[in-house]
Amino acid sequence: MSTAKRLVSLVCLVLVFALVAGCAQKPAEPAKPAEQAKPAEPAKPAEPAEIKIGVVAPITGDVATFGVNTHRGVELAVKQLNDKGGVLGKKVVLKVEDDKNQPTETAAAVQKLITQDKVTAIIGSVASKCTLAGAPIAQSNKVPMISPTSTNEKVTQVGEYIFRACFIDPFQGAVMAKFAYENLKVKTAACLFDVTNDYTKGLAESFKANFEKLGGKVVEYQTYNVGDQDFKPQLTKIKAQNPDVLFLSDYYNTVGLIAKQVREMGLKCILLGGDGWDSAELGKIGGTAIEGGYFSNHYSKDAKNPEAVAFLDAFKKAYNEDPDALAALAYDATMILCDAIKRAGKLDGGAIKDAMSSTKDFKAVSGSITIDPATRNPIKSAVVLKVDKGGKFAFEALVNP
Amino acid sequence: MSNASARSSFAAGFLRTFIAPAVILAILYQAIVAAFGKNDYYMYVLTLSCMNVILATSLNLINGFTGQFSLGHAGFMAVGAYLAGSLTKFTHWPFVPALVVGAIGASLAGVLVGLPTLRLRGDYLAIATLGFGEIIRMLIIASDQIGLKFLEGPRGVMGITKYTSFGWAYLLAGISVWVLTNFIWSTHGRACVSVREDEVAAEAMGVNTTRYKVMAFCIGAGFAGLAGGLHAHFLQLLHPSSYDFLKSVDYLVMVVVGGMGSLTGCAVAAVFLTVFNEVLRRALELRMLIYAICLVIIMLTRPQGLLGGKEISLGAFKYLVPSYGRSRAGSGERGLT
Amino acid sequence: MVEFVQQLINGISLGCIYALIALGYTMVYGIVRLINFAHGDIYMVGAYIGYLTAHRIGPHFFPALIIAMAGAATLGVTIEKIAYKPLRYAPRIAALTTAIGVSIFLENAVRKFISPNFLPFPEMIKRVPFEVRGVTFSNVQIIVPLVALLLVIVLQYIVLRTKPGRAMRAVSLDKDCARLMGVNVDKIVSITFAMGSSLAAAAGVLVGIAYPRIDPYMGVMAGLKAFVSAVLGGIGIIPGAALGGLFMGLAEVMAVHFINSAFKDAVAFVILIIVLLVKPSGLLGKYVSEKV
Repeated sequence: MSTAKRLVSLVCLVLVFALVAGCAQKPAEPAKPAEQAKPAEPAKPAEPAEIKIGVVAPITGDVATFGVNTHRGVELAVKQLNDKGGVLGKKVVLKVEDDKNQPTETAAAVQKLITQDKVTAIIGSVASKCTLAGAPIAQSNKVPMISPTSTNEKVTQVGEYIFRACFIDPFQGAVMAKFAYENLKVKTAACLFDVTNDYTKGLAESFKANFEKLGGKVVEYQTYNVGDQDFKPQLTKIKAQNPDVLFLSDYYNTVGLIAKQVREMGLKCILLGGDGWDSAELGKIGGTAIEGGYFSNHYSKDAKNPEAVAFLDAFKKAYNEDPDALAALAYDATMILCDAIKRAGKLDGGAIKDAMSSTKDFKAVSGSITIDPATRNPIKSAVVLKVDKGGKFAFEALVNP
Repeated sequence: MSNASARSSFAAGFLRTFIAPAVILAILYQAIVAAFGKNDYYMYVLTLSCMNVILATSLNLINGFTGQFSLGHAGFMAVGAYLAGSLTKFTHWPFVPALVVGAIGASLAGVLVGLPTLRLRGDYLAIATLGFGEIIRMLIIASDQIGLKFLEGPRGVMGITKYTSFGWAYLLAGISVWVLTNFIWSTHGRACVSVREDEVAAEAMGVNTTRYKVMAFCIGAGFAGLAGGLHAHFLQLLHPSSYDFLKSVDYLVMVVVGGMGSLTGCAVAAVFLTVFNEVLRRALELRMLIYAICLVIIMLTRPQGLLGGKEISLGAFKYLVPSYGRSRAGSGERGLT
Repeated sequence: MVEFVQQLINGISLGCIYALIALGYTMVYGIVRLINFAHGDIYMVGAYIGYLTAHRIGPHFFPALIIAMAGAATLGVTIEKIAYKPLRYAPRIAALTTAIGVSIFLENAVRKFISPNFLPFPEMIKRVPFEVRGVTFSNVQIIVPLVALLLVIVLQYIVLRTKPGRAMRAVSLDKDCARLMGVNVDKIVSITFAMGSSLAAAAGVLVGIAYPRIDPYMGVMAGLKAFVSAVLGGIGIIPGAALGGLFMGLAEVMAVHFINSAFKDAVAFVILIIVLLVKPSGLLGKYVSEKV
């Protein structure tokens, strides 16, 4: 082929694809009126007899255990609400979607819930990375979304329709740093966390920053990867520095495993952690090694919080297992949402969003919750719990950083 | 040959190579938009399918056509996604140049991986590419500790502008499949296939096997990077966990289910598996069980993949035109064996 | 110095864990030339059988081990008959894909039918920590390497000195020729899968004791690391798997010690690639020249 012919074909190719691209852009226009017509449609017929709430959680995939517990928490809350006659006299119906703990999947699930099921609001997802992927879609469709457990600060910054029921990362790190420095009066600390997980990393980072600001010293700052089972190399390095406390910001299962290896290595330091510790499984996996540790949490059984006691009983009765922090937070997220729907008085995204932002002193399992209208984060104080003999948790201190 | 006949054969070739695919793609596009355009969810799934088509076909070039067992495709995707996403977010580049730079970056990474690992064969190569993919992911996770604080490590980068629409994904998927098809049927592509069939014989026939292996990695990785860029501007989020080893396995499954050495086959499989994954979503706890059983059944009934080495090509339609079918039947059969 | 010696011990005991899982991997690969992606999940199932047995009869090590090994062997042979055997003459990649399918199936079946939660593994061997001049280790850290060494010797004996072993080697060299020589190929492949799977189960129980927490996805990372170890040592070579595992374990630990724990896996993979570039067929692999 001559150069000229090549040139001609290249130009033609560009033209042809420009044609396709031209076609590609065009249909965007007719799609718009259809979109505008949408909100008018559901408004005309009488309000539906049921309230559809979407749930997105990792029911399968690497954190399936958290997804299943989240699902159970929501399910229990909805069952209790429906037994009492539902919300606004309507039955609450759950539409549950699995997201495998993958951001792409969460976005698809949120889109599906909004487009196909036309849900009133969405509860989910568990991990911050997933919620971050789903939130922009909920925001642009004006559907309120509340994540029970996504602690990354940026989640609620997506927009005014996005809420959460848990602490944000910097909060708990600050609480534990203050507790360690002022209550335990220790001067040196070490951190060990999962570098692939933003929750554990966020806690460790804020613990380090706050502990050093108070005047303490973080002597070792070690990491591991998700799925690791052996932490002795990192613990060996930590042991050489002999810190007073060791901050383990991961979930109960990994913390239990680490605690055993800490004691096996002969480290004497006190173990500290965040709300990820909250599970009856902690003592079962960690055994005696975890006893004497402290962690920050939203609530405690001893705090004489009637909601918490009732929730623990009901959960145990329904699933024959103790709830963990994820189940409790999912339960709370559902209750906060339904309370907002009640106060809004109608199934309109904007009204529910406004009602949710003005949540004040709502009595939840994880304490009394007020939503900060500016950040859409809950304002609640943290308690520090101590792990006693036999893996029981006891109230230790109330800390406000 | 007279000037006139040369011109007519050029026209025919031009028609076959450029106009026909473009027209078919445009018609298909209009049909899809007419059927599903009003439903955001369907369009979401279809956009995702288009990106998976790019990933599966480009992996097929490396695995299926050149016979190099790569398990690091998600790593190339990550390079493209992070490059393109950072360019539009932090330096406010327009979409297309960012995509192009992402693709070029990924294809450089492909050359980087391709060159040293050429000594390796089969499963050893698979492990080496897997290692490269994991190294890329680990570097992203540790990015905030190695001076790239804006990538935010495991927290991911959010707030990327949503440039990727179905139109873009469809257009780029079409271009990818078109480029790859024409590459495979070019001299270079045939050389790649000869590397797969018998490396020693290919070398003896004067094929520079090293060059073609690197070329396959370079092109395949480039398209993976392109898909990565699309993905970043689609999800509006960059996160290292979107590009882990299990993702590479997903794309490998698409290639095998569609047929190693069949571009159209794996494109169909990519769409099918993406849609199937969505259909199963409501099955919750049974979802992956059903998926796994279906995967095993598909492989047991079609070990060579849905299409084997065959292609769905325009040649197949030629038989619909009786006179054309008789005279050009031979050229219609493009199946590889 | 004490710290370094401690890290050396940490590395060896971690490496032995990898080696333990890699042995079954390499065994199956050596005979059937199949990357058994489901191996990590058979390892997981083995740990769960051990767990369930201990719950039924109490935390006794040997009964749990034997039942887990027998159960996993049955499972392995069943999987081979259903999912791999029909594909024995199909392209290798097809069997690899069914292996991926089987792997996803096992993970999700355990999650669905046993528990999605992390389960505490019963303490079958009482953990006794020792300390010698500031270096600490436990009895489990001694048992695991010993078991791994014992298994390498037993496997080498079976493969090199017994009749089924000879048949295995024949099958691995040339299936058709072996069949013509009167070897029952189906039976040998089944035996291989039974052995490989029971090895995985043994590893599952031992790892459960060493790291007492099990979950349905524990086999994914473990399987990956074991696969890498097996390839590093020269896939299909039994002592190679042990060596590869040790190498990986030490590489990871030394990365933590000398560089930074955040780059632990990246460093391990860089070392892997460098080793493969120097020795393209693994540490103990022989370079086979191509025949034209």
